[in-house]
Amino acid sequence: MRLPCPLCGDRDRREFYYQGHAVALDRPARDAGDGAWDDYLHNRDNIAGEVRDLWHHEAGCGAWIEVTRNTVTHVVSGARLVRGTAK
Amino acid sequence: MGYSALKIFKEGLFGQKGWKPVWRNPEPKAEYDVIIIGGGGHGLSTAYYLAKEHGITNVAVLEKGYLGGGNVGRNTTIVRANYALPGNSEFYSHSLKLWEGMEQDLNYNTMMSQRGVINLFHSDGQRDAFARRGNAMINQGDDAILLDRDGVRDLVPLIDFDNVRFPIYGGLYHPRGGTARHDAVAWGYARGADQRGVDLIQNCEVTGIDIEGGVVKGVQTSRGAIRAKKVAIVVAGRSSQVAEMAGMRLPIESHILQAFVTEGIKPILDQVISFGMGHFYISQSDKGGLVFGGDLDFYASYAARGNLPMMEHVMEAGMTLMPSIAKARVLRSWGGIMDMSSDGSPIIDKTETEGLYLNCGWCYGGFKAVPGSGFSYAHLIAKDMHHEPASQFRLDRFRTGRGLMDEEGTGSQHNLH
Ligand SMILES: Cc1cc2nc3c(=O)[nH]c(=O)nc-3n(C[C@H](O)[C@H](O)[C@H](O)COP(=O)(O)OP(=O)(O)OC[C@H]3O[C@@H](n4cnc5c(N)ncnc54)[C@H](O)[C@@H]3O)c2cc1C
Ligand SMILES: [Zn+2]
Repeated sequence: MRLPCPLCGDRDRREFYYQGHAVALDRPARDAGDGAWDDYLHNRDNIAGEVRDLWHHEAGCGAWIEVTRNTVTHVVSGARLVRGTAK
Repeated sequence: MGYSALKIFKEGLFGQKGWKPVWRNPEPKAEYDVIIIGGGGHGLSTAYYLAKEHGITNVAVLEKGYLGGGNVGRNTTIVRANYALPGNSEFYSHSLKLWEGMEQDLNYNTMMSQRGVINLFHSDGQRDAFARRGNAMINQGDDAILLDRDGVRDLVPLIDFDNVRFPIYGGLYHPRGGTARHDAVAWGYARGADQRGVDLIQNCEVTGIDIEGGVVKGVQTSRGAIRAKKVAIVVAGRSSQVAEMAGMRLPIESHILQAFVTEGIKPILDQVISFGMGHFYISQSDKGGLVFGGDLDFYASYAARGNLPMMEHVMEAGMTLMPSIAKARVLRSWGGIMDMSSDGSPIIDKTETEGLYLNCGWCYGGFKAVPGSGFSYAHLIAKDMHHEPASQFRLDRFRTGRGLMDEEGTGSQHNLH
């Protein structure tokens, strides 16, 4: 599997660290309540089909990217840079 | 039909013509007391124990494919009770005891082989951690022996003891652990459930769960609607999709785990060996094939096949530990879809819908749980009360943070298990 880093182009999967679903970009407010935090930390749509997830181009340019990918076919259809995301 | 030495002898004399199909292939009835969604190891053992322990026999197991076609027939068959965390420890201890009586109980040869499991360590710090784990196992009433380097060498001569990066310091030996024939476990429970009146319905995919006023009423399937007083979800890698039919979102991500087997060779390995530092484990099947695997591919996936990077990694780790296997040819590799929970431990619980139950989150370790999970899930379904050894596997631990069960101590986060 290759991921299209917007800065480096198509790169081998081995260069990336997988963070998980892009829900990690939507950190709830501190007082949002346990339901919101449960959804952020633990619960996942876990779709069999197209998903957006976060990868870190760890052994490359160091960018965090949001990849659109199909979990059934492994087809990767796009990627964009994300900013302001802590690991 | 019971199996016995006499029966085998007689069939041998008369051309093996007396064997009959081991379970019926019934049409679904209009209504059941309990519907179990998923005919994997856990679904079949749940049905068996519902019938045997609780006398509940008006039960259907609905399986979208064929019995045993999921992870129960794809795993590397390791059975063990070497957990340290309260909650896990008593559960796996109970499950191992059920394994030990399974063949007699089911009258079925599941080839349960208590050949022992050895977890290797490579530093003083790791030895301390394994000594602590061993003590926890002994406190639970199970067996653990801390082997030094020579102790490991006596049992497993063919590994590289002097690897520069990971020299072998010793191993934690769990003699009662071992392997079993995975398909036979599914078949044995299927036969036992069928004999007690459970309907095993294959090629029957559940497509919806009917709920009225917060109470479960039945399911929609590819073979029509079926009513039920209680519905029990136990579908491993497909947990999120089936739970969504009841409006639930689960703390589960589905990931692929791969495994490999070589051509059959002469016996070189008596135990199951795990080389944690390399994310590698290996055993030798009774046919002689080396059965081995490693870690997840590490990205969410529903493709029951893996990718090259993890394959390479597993082969490299195998060569690091056991250079002697270099020339064995890999015959097959495959993958299964694992229901990974965010703390790495399972869920056996009721849901907010009355009469709807949930069993999932077994990650890469649910084969050894097949008897224990079925036993405890049947108890929960029959009595609406948690079975003591499984009473910590609550769904609300993720929302409240109370009772999270992070056995590996890595943090309760999806990408860390
Ligand atoms: C490569 C590999 C190695 C492993 N090694 C080990 C090991 O050594 N030791 C260990 O303890 N564990 C191991 N495991 C984990 C273990 O196999 C699983 O945790 C366990 O089998 C899961 O439970 P199950 O048997 O009920 O799952 P499955 O056999 O997957 O059963 C779930 C069933 O639900 C069915 N289903 C899904 N959706 C629907 C629907 N909508 N309607 C009807 N039916 C449906 C599926 O078709 C499937 O048959 C391994 C797994 C893999 C993949
Ligand atoms: Zn890059």
